[in-house]
Formats: sequence, structure tokens, C-alpha cells
Amino acid sequence: MRVLVCVKRVPAPGAKINVTGDGLAVDTTHLGFTTSPHEECALEEAVQIIEREGGEVVVLTLGPAEAEEQLRYAASVGGTGFVLIPNGGADWDPQRTASAIADAIRALEADGGEFDLIMFGNESADAGGFQVGVRVAHKLGRPIVNGIKGIEVTPEGFTAHRAIDTGVEVYKLPKPAVMGVKEGINLPRYPTMKGRLASRKAEIATMELNAPAGGQAMLKLHRPPEQPSTTEILGTGPEAAAAIVDLLDELGVL
Amino acid sequence: MSDVPTPTVPETATCVVIGAGIVGNCVVGHLARLGWKDLVLVEKGPLPNPGGSTGHASNFIFPVDHNKEMALLGEQSADQYRDLGLSVDSGGIEVARTQERMDELDRRMTSAKAWGIEAHMLTPAEVKELVPFINEDVILGGFYCPTVSVVDSLETGTTMRREAIEKADLKVFANTEVLDIVTDDTPRPNGRRKAKAVVTDKGTIEAEHIVIACGVWSNRIAYMADTYIPLVPTVHQMADVGPMDILAETNNEIGYPIVRDMDTFCYERQSAGSMEVGSYGHRAILHHPDTIPSNAEAALSPTEFPFTPEDFDDQMETAIELMDMLGDAEIKYAINGLLSITPDGMPCLGEIPDVENLWSAAAVWVKEGPGMGQVVAEWMHYGYPRVIDAHGADVARFYDEEKSDEHIWARADESFIKTYGIVHPSEQWAGRRHLVESPYRSRQEELGAAFYQARVWERPQWYDTNADLVERYLLSEREVEWDNRWWSPITVGEHLNLRENCGMIDLSAFQIYEIEGPGAVEFADYLAVNKIDVPVGRSVYTPWLNHEGGFHSDLTMMRVGEETVRIVTGVFDGGRDEFWVRKHMPNDGSVTFRNITMEISTLGLWGPNAATVLGKLTDHDLSQEGSPYGSYLDATVAGVPVKLFRISYVGDAGWEIYLPWDKATIVWDAIVEAGADHGLRVTGGGVYSLSGRIEKGYRLMGAELESEYNPVEAGLARPKVKSAEFIGKEAYLAAREAGAEVRCVSLTVEDNTDSQGRKRWMFGGNEPILDMDGNRIVDSHGRASRVTTAGYGPSVGKVICMGYVPNELAEPGTDLQIMYMNELYPVKVVGSGATFDPDDSRMKS
Repeated sequence: MRVLVCVKRVPAPGAKINVTGDGLAVDTTHLGFTTSPHEECALEEAVQIIEREGGEVVVLTLGPAEAEEQLRYAASVGGTGFVLIPNGGADWDPQRTASAIADAIRALEADGGEFDLIMFGNESADAGGFQVGVRVAHKLGRPIVNGIKGIEVTPEGFTAHRAIDTGVEVYKLPKPAVMGVKEGINLPRYPTMKGRLASRKAEIATMELNAPAGGQAMLKLHRPPEQPSTTEILGTGPEAAAAIVDLLDELGVL
Repeated sequence: MSDVPTPTVPETATCVVIGAGIVGNCVVGHLARLGWKDLVLVEKGPLPNPGGSTGHASNFIFPVDHNKEMALLGEQSADQYRDLGLSVDSGGIEVARTQERMDELDRRMTSAKAWGIEAHMLTPAEVKELVPFINEDVILGGFYCPTVSVVDSLETGTTMRREAIEKADLKVFANTEVLDIVTDDTPRPNGRRKAKAVVTDKGTIEAEHIVIACGVWSNRIAYMADTYIPLVPTVHQMADVGPMDILAETNNEIGYPIVRDMDTFCYERQSAGSMEVGSYGHRAILHHPDTIPSNAEAALSPTEFPFTPEDFDDQMETAIELMDMLGDAEIKYAINGLLSITPDGMPCLGEIPDVENLWSAAAVWVKEGPGMGQVVAEWMHYGYPRVIDAHGADVARFYDEEKSDEHIWARADESFIKTYGIVHPSEQWAGRRHLVESPYRSRQEELGAAFYQARVWERPQWYDTNADLVERYLLSEREVEWDNRWWSPITVGEHLNLRENCGMIDLSAFQIYEIEGPGAVEFADYLAVNKIDVPVGRSVYTPWLNHEGGFHSDLTMMRVGEETVRIVTGVFDGGRDEFWVRKHMPNDGSVTFRNITMEISTLGLWGPNAATVLGKLTDHDLSQEGSPYGSYLDATVAGVPVKLFRISYVGDAGWEIYLPWDKATIVWDAIVEAGADHGLRVTGGGVYSLSGRIEKGYRLMGAELESEYNPVEAGLARPKVKSAEFIGKEAYLAAREAGAEVRCVSLTVEDNTDSQGRKRWMFGGNEPILDMDGNRIVDSHGRASRVTTAGYGPSVGKVICMGYVPNELAEPGTDLQIMYMNELYPVKVVGSGATFDPDDSRMKS
């Protein structure tokens, strides 16, 4: 099984997200960076698949040079191959991103064979565009299902599960396929110390690719006005119990 | 739903403590225990975990430290955590991978004995018995301390806060940000401003006292009062890895002793089923307090910065070497946690010198929090901490040159790796040297001066060009590298030459102040135990006491005019002593204060030929009649107007010559030339501060003299007490009445051969003084007998130690023992006076 997982380096913010002075980016002065949570789950799922089925997991990212950090993290939790498409540090729009990634996939497949499965996170944790996976699948002419919370490998391809309000949708996909994975599909492992140390030796391929800008441009980020919060003290000690029950009842959680 | 009104702060308070981490909570708790009322605690973050290091530190206490303040306050803190039932004695082992570390562990054993802390040396197999998952093949042994404890700092903070709420009606304001500290800006003669109020986002509180207990943020608050607390937020990396069955099976937060892997600067501390691996082995990662995010902005907490794994990799490798199971454990949580580092490694406690009633309780780690909270509370209450002499932690100790980001960052950069390092007592800093430029520097460098830094001043310890004295006096290096490190036999040669001929010593680091005005002499007398109202031209050596009768300082005061008194003190005490004067001086204009250190340079000239040499350069009558002992008289030396001070701290006749800074080199050159035919050598400070002093048994502030002892015990009480009032008089009179329970004595090491047949040379101090059965000697106040100063007395031919022993053991000839590097050596009491020339005949010649 040959699996590709596409991940994005995103800031790990606190509750309050500051915006840079020009309003065009998140102020990351105090922030660390991580992999988008949906993609962490995609990677974990991919690693579990090859642990069962055998094969390789190539992890690809398009981002600044520092995104090497996320690829090494991927190496520490079971990724086997690593590709960085540098974007010069500026966030590319979804069309441009998808074009570059599709070009990269074509090149990687020409070199190492077709990917049976290409996995994205459902959406990135920062921009939240929900677009790149779908656009890549379209460019490659492969089927895609988003919102996946369960994957089984079958002789023909894959069975994928997607939760909806009223139940679960089950899809059958042929190989090669593309999926957008959602957090909750698994509990991603942490790297072990040995895994972290080994990841330092992982070889990272850099693919210089570019693509024309698409039609979407970010004009400005702004923080929503803070919602004034109010606190009502329902009582103190045992006397408060009745009021709490009433409230929970009102909220419909009882 | 009705809105809860935003709580507004009270308009006034006796004391506002800013910061509700372990330190701030313990300050309010201890103030409440001392009977303070009307307290307010303000915290920017939420409670009970406001988001500083109290919430993320690894929270363990290894009680053994070579430094007395750190050891005893660590122990005091551990006891307070125990008393609240909020600690567990996990035990702890410092393991050694090198022989050098094994020697250091022997030194740890010695300090453990000094402070009365149970400790044992373990073989690798014995370590393995206690920590079955350790790889005993990579270690040579371990230092085991059963009372190492793990504490709950958050709950302790909450408990102390609650106690203050109950006892003192403490008002607590969480999520309340301090916006400003208001001080009065009316200039006062003492040069100090007064803290008036704390401005918060919930109102302004006028307060009599304000305490900054804000951990790594402390400077952000200090800036608001236009002052500075010398500390820098510094990263300590920690990773929580697990789970591991062997740990989980203990069903305990901590079931195995904490291991400190000293040579790799790491620790492994069980936390339930996981292991916390902490490191002090990475590069120094420093942050400015203004770059610390708020609680809302931080991904974890404000002081848990994003982990930088590349800084931790080497530590992981060595950790796996020590405990193989860690390799397969998952890294669940890893942080770049912030803690405070100061330029000299000690906390910043006490009243801030330039702002009256503004207190610092900063640069304190969880391991010392309760004890140091107590120190600050007692300082505020009694005017001095009772629990311990805290001169090493006194925030007043710093000079201006030390109160800059440049200095602190450079020092933290250099010192971080020493956190688990083997630090020699004489070890010198590599960077930030020559912060004050001595007038003699180029001359000293030509002579090959080995510069030792005293805070911001440089003092040549010896001069390499005196190496010929090593041959002349048949001297040699020391056998054991540790004893030889930061030392040279040249210093012994310089000592012997001074005793035979004469030596000139640069004393420019002396801190010199002048108080002047109609109230100057009365005020000087108020500071000093001994009478300062003496004829003009006389000097007085005198202790200054705190209100409890313990030593604050010992120094010399000179009556230089009817209304002028000069104060000369040592460089290590300059900051504290200047503060003490400013704090107590009258503000009615009757006294003015001037620091004239940079106007006056001082040269010491001593030895049998000193008078002959000086006589060639001055017409002044240098006889005992014309220049009697203790006189401080105008003279001209080499055409330069100077003050000649007949005094000696080295035990030979001679003078301290106080000369104008800008003409200093004229006198230096003249003395060198005049002394050429009389055996004069430019001599290092090693003779002045150690070998000469210790042969004479002269006491030193910070060594023999601490607030825990009084002049009666130190042997510095004069036959009569002056009639004038002075600070500590009542306590001093009571101490005289009660008599001394212990006495400061000199002891000689009778045989300094160790078990391997090597000669050892004690220095540094804090070695325990033991009875002939090897037991500690502790007086009724709990003060243990320990070496306060140790060093070789070249003219005596023995290592001499000083220290306090009970009266019954203070008689000359009494046999005792000292421990040095975990071995016992026989010592004999000389008495409370000098070992060399006890009747001072040389000084009278």
C-alpha cells in the first residue's frame, strides 16, 4: 500500500488570536506551530494502515522552510517519506496550492508508482478553506469523499465512513482514491523519544514547484468583537443544587 | 440573569501583594501569621493556577545545597510543605557518570552533614535497588537523600491564601491586572522615592507596602515604579513521557526516587504512570518579560512556551542511555517552561533600594517558595528576616552595572549550564568583566594580574610576575586538582614576602561614602555599635547591627570633620550598606549622603619595610606617635594629597592610603619605585582577603558575621557600651547580659592528609565542625558549628579554619574534627584571637 498524506504547518494559538498590524496574518510572535489536527489524524490512520497492510506513507507539505519541523514530526510517528514544497512563507490560495500539490503528486507517482490513497485533513486549522483536497482530486481525476471518520481497506479499494446527523454514510471507493479525514477517526499517537531521535535523520525531498494564483485572495483578518460574558451565581453550597438542576433541564442535557 | 458587578478593589490597604503564585501566597500567609491585617492580593491570571511556573514546575526539592541560604531555606520550605500535608518524601538520587562528579558528590555529602540532612553514598548496584529501571553500567555511584520531596505548590498556595483570608481578612482579586505603581516623586535627601499605590484595571489601592511577587513578570511591574529587579525569564525544558507499566504499577504520583543525572544536566521524576524528563543541559534560551503572552494568548499557559525539540535531542539520548525504557515511551507533553535566573544565581528578596516600601519577592523557585515568602514577610515585619541571614538574596546587593538587561542576559547565558554543574567556590565569570575600570589596570595587566571579580570590581588575586617567589620560598602546586583550581602558590609567596619585606595591595574596590551635616555624627552613631563621636582624624572599626542585634555590617567609619563622617566598607557589602544608610538617614536636611567611591582609590602598604618605603615619599611622621594606630590623617605622598590610615587587616604594620582617583597612578608608581630596594612586591588580594586575614582571625561580613550572630558571640563586643542610641542597642545589651553561648574561634588543621595519602587544602567554608565522635555540634538556637572561612596560613604552616563553637568547646587546645570532601580531619581550637602573632607585636613595630 502506498499512501500520501498532505499536511499543513499551522500556528498553535491560545484562546485569543492576535492579528498582525497589517491585518494579513495571524501574529505568531508567541506561538508554536503544529500540524492541523485533522491531518494529524490522517497521518495516524495512514500509519495504522501500513502497519496492517505493509507499504509506505509519504508525507507532503506545502509551506515555509520551517515546515520541515512538521515533516520531522511525521517521521517521528511513522511516516516513511517526506516532501516539502516551499512557498516562500506566504500562504498560497487554494487553487495555487492544489495545482502545485497535484503537480508534485504526478511527479512522485512517475518516480515511485501510483499512490493507492491520498489523504488530506478535512480542512486546515488556520484558513479552513475546505478546498485543497477536492481540487487536487479533481485535477487528478480521482474520487474523493470528505469528512471521513473510518477507513477499511478492501480487495477492491476502500470503504469509508462519514458521520452525518442521522447516522453514518458508507462509501466504497476504488483505488486510487482521495479522502478528507476528520479528527476523531483515531487518537493520534505521540512520538516516542526514539522516534523523535530517528526523525532527525529522515531525508526530506524539496520540490520547487509553482502555479498561477487562483481567484481567491484574502483581504484582511479581523478579530470578532469580544462577546461580553455574564456570570450568574446560582447559589452557594447545597442550596444551589436545585437551581443547577433547573438550568440543566432548561438546556436539555438531562 | 443578573450581571455580577465587577469587583472593585478597596481604596486602601496595609499591603498589596502582586502575584498569587507560590511566593505571593506564602507572603500573604506569613504576613497573616505575623498579625498583619488589611491585606490585598492581586493576580493577573485566574486562580488557583494563575499561569506562572507554580503551575508547571516539576515541584521537587533536593534539600542539599552548598550555599547556606539556599540549603536552609530549601529545608525550611520543605518543612512548610510537609506541615501542610502537601508533600511526599520521594527520596532522590544524584548519579555520577564521571570521577569528577563522584568527588562533587563527596562534597555534597559534606554539605549534607553541615546542614544536618540525611544522605548516603550509593554504589551503582545500590542505586539499581532503589531505581530498578536504571542502567547501572553508565554510572559510578549515587548520592541518595531520603528527604527529597515532591510538593504540591498550587494547593500550598491556595492553603496559605485561605489562611490569610481567615486570619487577616485578605482580599483576593484574580484576573486583575496591575497597570501602574505610583510613587511619590518628591526628592528627598536620602534619594529614595516612596511607593504609594497600585493602579489596577479594577481601581487604585493606596498601600503602605507593595510586594512584587510576580516571578518571571517581576520586572514588568518593577518598570512601572521606574526600578529594576535583576532577573531574566529563562527556559527550562521538560518533557512528560509515558505511560510505562513499571511506573503505573506503583499506583502513586511518585513511587520511585527522583534521579538527577548530574553529568548530563537532566532529571527523571516519576509523575504517576509517566516520567518527567527535565533538562538544564540545553543552550540558554532567554526571554524578555514583555514577550510573555497573556493567559488568553498562550497555547498552554503563559510560561509554557512552545517546545523546541532540537534543543532537547541530546538530552533525550542521554536519558535513554540511563533508562532504556524511556526510548519507547511517548512524549505526551513537552514545554519550554520559564523560570527566573539572576546574575549571581541568588533570589531577589527585600526592600527595593530606590523605592521605599516596595518589596521584591522574586527569582524564587517552587523549591524555596514558602521559606522565602517567610523571609520577605519577616523582613517587612521585624525589619530583618529572623529565619535566616539573607544577605546573599538581598535585592540591595546589586550595583548599577548589574541592573541591566545586557548584564543579566550575559550572566544567564553563561550560568544556565551551571545549574547542575560542578561550580568551584572560586570560579570566575568569563564574560562581563572589568565593569569598573581600575586606575591601575594597565599596570596590573603588565604584572600578569590574575583578576578575580568582586561583583562589578576586579581585584588581582595574585600577580604572575611574582612567580620567582615560589622558588624563593620553596613552594609548590597542590596535589589535588580541585584544591589547586583557581589558586596559585604565588599567593603564598606574596604573603611570605609581605611578612618578610612588604607588599602593596590595590584596595580600590572599597566602597566609600560620606555623610555630612549638623546631624551627621549623631546619625553615624545611630548606625554603629561603637562610638563615632571621636576626635577628627580618628577612625572606628564597628559593627552595624539590625534591630534584633545581629550583624548587618562590619566596617570602618572615620571622623574626617566636625560634621563629616566617612564610611568604608567591602565591595561585597556596598549595595546593602549604602541602602542601610539611605534607609535610616534623617530626611530633615540635617544629613547629606554622598557615594565617593569613584573619587578615591585606596592602596594598602604593609610589612616590616612599609614605613621605610613610605618614608621615602612623605614628610609625615610615620612613627606610632605621628601616625598612631587607627588614625586617619592628611599627608602628602609623592606630591599627592592623601589620607593615611594606620590600620592592618593582614597582621603587619602599615597603612591604607586613600588618594584621589585621578592621581592614583602617580602614587602607585612612586611606591613601586621607592620599594624596589626594600623587597616590595605588588601583592594580590589573596593575601588581604584570605591568608593574612585568617592568620589574624579577622572576621569578615558574610562569613563569620551574619545576622544570626551578635558581637558578643563574634568576640567583637567592647568592654563598655556607648550612651548614644544605636540600631539594635536593646538587643545588644540583652546579648551582653546573657553572655555568649557560642564563640567565634580559629582552629588549625592538625593533619591534612586524606585517606589516599594526599595533602588536602580546605578553602571556601561551610565544612561542618564535628566532635571527636563525628557528631554535628548544634547550639540551642539550632545553629550548627561550621567552617565560616578556611584557608592556608603560610606563616603558620597550617590550614586555618574559623567558625562558631559552643563555649565548652572554645577553649584553646580543644580537639575537634572537620569534614572536607566527605573525610574527617583533626582540628585544634586556637582560641578567639589570632593564630599568627597573637599579641600584635608586628603591627606595633
